[in-house]
Amino acid sequence: MMGFIWFWLVAVMIVGYVVLDGFDLGVGVLHLFLARNEAERGATLRSIGPVWDGNEVWLLAGGGTLYFAFPLLYASAFSGFYLPLMIVLWLLILRGVSLELRNHLDMGVWLGLLDGIFGLASAMLTIFFGAALANVLRGVPLQADGYFFLPLWTNWQPGTNPGILDWYTVIGGLVALVALTLHGALWLTIKTSGELEQRARKVVTPLWLLLIVFTVVSLIATMAVRPTSLDNYYRYPVTFIVPVGVIASLAAIWLLNRKGQAVKAFLASCLYLFFMLAGACWGVYPTLLPATTGAQNDITLSRALSGPHTLAVGLAWWSFGMTLALAYVIFVYSRFRGKADAGVESH
Amino acid sequence: MTAELIHRLHFAFTVTFHYLFPQLTMGLALLIVVLKTVALKTGNEEWDRAARFWGKIFGINFVFGVVTGIPMEFEFGTNWARFSRLSGGVIGQPLAMEGVFSFFLESAFLGLFLYGEKRLSKTLHWFSAVMVFVGSWISGFFIIVTDAWMQHPVAYAHMPNGQYEVLSFWQLLLNPWALLQYAHNMTGAVVTASFVMAATGAFYLLEGRFTECGCDYGHIFLKVGVIAGLISTILIIFPTGDLHGKYVARNQPASIAAMEGLFKTEAGAGIVLVGQPNEETGQIDNPIVVNDVLSFLIYGTTKAEVKGLDQFPRDQWPTTLPLLYYAYHIMAGLGTYFVLLMIGAALMLWRGRLYSSRWMLWALLISFPLPYIANTAGWMTAEIGRQPWLIYGLMRTSEGFSSTVSASNGLFTLLGFMGLYALLGLLFTVLVYREISHGPEPKAVEAVHAD
Ligand code: HDD
Ligand code: HEM
Ligand code: HEM
Repeated sequence: MMGFIWFWLVAVMIVGYVVLDGFDLGVGVLHLFLARNEAERGATLRSIGPVWDGNEVWLLAGGGTLYFAFPLLYASAFSGFYLPLMIVLWLLILRGVSLELRNHLDMGVWLGLLDGIFGLASAMLTIFFGAALANVLRGVPLQADGYFFLPLWTNWQPGTNPGILDWYTVIGGLVALVALTLHGALWLTIKTSGELEQRARKVVTPLWLLLIVFTVVSLIATMAVRPTSLDNYYRYPVTFIVPVGVIASLAAIWLLNRKGQAVKAFLASCLYLFFMLAGACWGVYPTLLPATTGAQNDITLSRALSGPHTLAVGLAWWSFGMTLALAYVIFVYSRFRGKADAGVESH
Repeated sequence: MTAELIHRLHFAFTVTFHYLFPQLTMGLALLIVVLKTVALKTGNEEWDRAARFWGKIFGINFVFGVVTGIPMEFEFGTNWARFSRLSGGVIGQPLAMEGVFSFFLESAFLGLFLYGEKRLSKTLHWFSAVMVFVGSWISGFFIIVTDAWMQHPVAYAHMPNGQYEVLSFWQLLLNPWALLQYAHNMTGAVVTASFVMAATGAFYLLEGRFTECGCDYGHIFLKVGVIAGLISTILIIFPTGDLHGKYVARNQPASIAAMEGLFKTEAGAGIVLVGQPNEETGQIDNPIVVNDVLSFLIYGTTKAEVKGLDQFPRDQWPTTLPLLYYAYHIMAGLGTYFVLLMIGAALMLWRGRLYSSRWMLWALLISFPLPYIANTAGWMTAEIGRQPWLIYGLMRTSEGFSSTVSASNGLFTLLGFMGLYALLGLLFTVLVYREISHGPEPKAVEAVHAD
């Protein structure tokens, strides 16, 4: 029971991270293309300025929760994905610094450089996150002692000895790139006005079409790489609601955006991300990290779970703390409601 | 180089760099609350502008704290996998609590504090400054609880699969080691911030800035910096440093012996003021010793017996012993200098002579890097003193690192961090220097901007 609860609590934190920091990353990918001049670029970035740091906290809080609820998984995955994680850390550093410092380095050449770094780091982060998820779905070469170490790539095939990057995980990366860019575009339709808003609305349709293609391709590829993905769904057919949700939210994004209902379209995109991630989690449950070296090496829920007392203590403060955290999040978003380019101010 | 050494250096380098930023964050958060409170109480615009100016520096500093802090959270898993696997059930709790209870709070209210001044009432803006302060101090608390458990494990049980689990939430949080360490460490953060603020004030006065427009930022910064500096430099020695030292002596006797350079057990042990420890011969070269003082400091009587390193098997001596000894003496030596400096400055402030005394202003200006050194040296003392244990008495450092991550992969990412951090350090210096030489908004400009 505790295992079930903590599995989904961690999953919720990951979804929270992707939904929230996802639009920051998307805006990062887009701002180089959408904004035509300095003022527009400022307005674009101000739409995430007050919130990106808080959004990133979901990653930290989620990581911490994973750490104490499933220490074996945390230890095994973080050391096994050592190289890509370090690259992700460097990208997160570059992204944070380049975004914040443009407020303090108001000199032409520097701004161009910072904006370039910001865009590139954001794009690469989306790809790495997507690829990371695909790695988990595909499985890793776990040894009997619960550890593994993945090189960045081997022969680009998802066999017994894959690398971080193979054709399957690259698809995962691209899905994330497109989905989060779309997510960011929808955010911008809420937060900007005038021409900028128009341009953001225009990129939605092509991104949306691309996303449909990639979603379908990735689902098929997942069946191929991990034939057992649907077992849980057949066992509990109600859960086919998840793929239906994916389709419905995709349709809603397009319809609502066309009607100009920016906030609702953005929420539909949140739902899409939620269904995709929840669907993936459900596809592997109760395995946390599948082994390509044979099911006996899988890291399963029961194998990785912390002691009962740790989990009981954790549940108490976690529910309390996350309630508080949600209250701050809602408070901040309500304070910064509305267009970010109206009433221009900076610090 | 062995993988173990690389992983140790990796963690040591990244965390030492990270802590350069939070110490200012946490100290400055308190001083900003002081500035905002005075502004709110007196309605004096100048203090508000002073707070806004430090808010900008705080913002820059915070970003660097955030981006260098994220790797820390990951490194427990990437570089210390075997340690994390066994101790995650305990260590992971305070780390996750830090995220849930403080980072959410801090980032939410910092956004409001920095970007929201015009959207909030004066009281709400003051309140967001207070919440930033609370958030950063809670954050410091949880990280210290984490570290304290490694120094002095409490409230745990050993499960059959080798993992540790928490037995009592409150005992974990109220670990006496954590409380003492927290008091001492947070005071250290206030020392850093007061020195930085006082140095900035001294800089403006020496440059003759902000005297012409009738707004005396130099005076404000010196006043707040010196008063906070006086209080914190006293508190850091007595009672916090003193009590923490006694607790270390009781619970990590080998560590205190090495810190003090006490090779042989002695009754009426003396304190070594200077001298070089020699691991081969087991003595201090060229020492200056004051008799009986160490016994007195630890046990309150001059005749008490203090255990020397000879009481401990060689494999339980802290590794890199001279570094430990020097780090400790640098911290304590600087601590003594800080108190003298701040007492002097405070006396001159009281007598009304501080603002015109160029030599004292110079002394304050050039002293601002020293608290950073003292804080770093203090952490080196704590962390090296814990060696060869990763969790004191339970797990050795050699049993904790990620055995699947080879030395060369570790070296690659360590070098990567060194390069990136060198760049960050440069950028930080340039940015803060620009803000400081720009200074707070002068009055005239403010009038034009007001809407
Ligand atoms: C401005 C910074 C600063 C200054 C002036 C001092 N300290 Fe300190 N000290 C710290 C900043 C610090 C620290 C960075 O905050 C440490 C590291 C770990 C900790 O909890 O606090 C620390 C640790 C630390 C420890 C623990 C070592 C261990 O855990 O093994 C002791 C015994 C002392 N200090 C004692 C002193 C004494 C007697 C001082 C006065 C002369 C002193 N410190 C000045
Ligand atoms: C910010 C201040 C800190 C500094 C400057 C610092 C410094 C160091 C240093 C110098 C080492 C290397 C010791 C050696 O190998 O001889 C080290 C190791 C380590 N520290 Fe800290 N530390 C700090 C805070 C913390 C905290 C808060 C934690 C725990 C939450 C922590 C956990 C560790 C771990 C896990 C290692 C690696 C294992 C080891 O070498 O013992 N450190 N740190
Ligand atoms: C192993 C050691 C450490 C880890 C894992 C760690 C982790 C982190 C992380 C992830 C952040 C970014 C938070 C955000 O996104 O808002 C951060 C910032 C921060 N850390 Fe650390 N940290 C360590 C050492 C320390 C120490 C020793 C202290 C002080 C006692 C400290 C105090 C802070 C504070 C106050 C912040 C807020 C941001 C800032 O101050 O600039 N950290 N830390």
